[in-house]
Amino acid sequence: MKDKFTVANKKFKSRLIVGTGKYKTMTECAKAIKFSGADIVTVAVRRVNISDKHKPLLMDYIDPKKITYLPNTAGCFTSEDALRTLRLAREIGGWKLVKLEVLGDKKNLFPDMIETLKSTEVLSNEGFKVMVYCNDDPLMAKRLENVGASAIMPLAAPIGSGLGILNKTNIKIIRNQTKLPLIIDAGLGQASDATIAMELGCDGVLVNTAIAKAKKPFEMALAFKNAVIAGRQSYLSGRINKTLIGSPSSPTKGII
Amino acid sequence: MKKLKKIKIKINGKTKTIIDKLTLHKLINDIKIPITKVAIELNKEIIDKRKLKKIYLRNNDVIEIVHFIGGG
Repeated sequence: MKDKFTVANKKFKSRLIVGTGKYKTMTECAKAIKFSGADIVTVAVRRVNISDKHKPLLMDYIDPKKITYLPNTAGCFTSEDALRTLRLAREIGGWKLVKLEVLGDKKNLFPDMIETLKSTEVLSNEGFKVMVYCNDDPLMAKRLENVGASAIMPLAAPIGSGLGILNKTNIKIIRNQTKLPLIIDAGLGQASDATIAMELGCDGVLVNTAIAKAKKPFEMALAFKNAVIAGRQSYLSGRINKTLIGSPSSPTKGII
Repeated sequence: MKKLKKIKIKINGKTKTIIDKLTLHKLINDIKIPITKVAIELNKEIIDKRKLKKIYLRNNDVIEIVHFIGGG
């Protein structure tokens, strides 16, 4: 089946993007990525530990030549910080495909959409391909599209909450209004949440905590991989209409 | 012997005393950071890594060296 996931004109095999945070070790993280089948992973930009030179580097465990790194701006609360972070990320190795995330609320980690919109425009004008973490507001999603976003990434629920998709209607409305890649980012708790996202017509899902913090991260990574595939196939297969009237599966003719 | 002049810089939030006339390239090499895996900022300006050898550090310079770590 030739159903490739395309973001900013780049084609990917897997529709599951995974985060690389919250794992116990880098070895565990690398193994979970393998199980997930993801070919895009999100990474954060942070200070190098200059006093401990032997600290393992992420790049030694996850080869950026084989897996696409998607630098994020996690932890940024202003447009200025987000721009600074992504410009630095680009300098590390020429990354242009980035995930923008400007937070506005420390407790629920909801995005500050005013700052996010501003940053999306600046970054797009600088040649970045911006995948944007946003709330599930169709109007804001449209505005992001208008200023040059490369992908719309609405939250399902607060980051790390595991609540699953709280507003399916809005996700569907966003799906119907945009041709941009639509990726559910944040808030998923279990594999079936990913299937639901894909059945709503999303192009992909981004999962971190639900895999990293599962009792068995490798098995959960595999479960998410299969769930995304199942959801996508289900979506493309065209579901039956819902009805309140029963319809027998066996012929009524010839009943003895 | 002439005593080398010392200057103070800030690197990743920590103050460090170094000898004067040190290039950014030498500093980064001395602390054994793999240049290909990091990005460098000097006084809030991103530095083109090809030009590190031409940049001499000055007193009160603020350097930030970042890399990728695990994140969601």
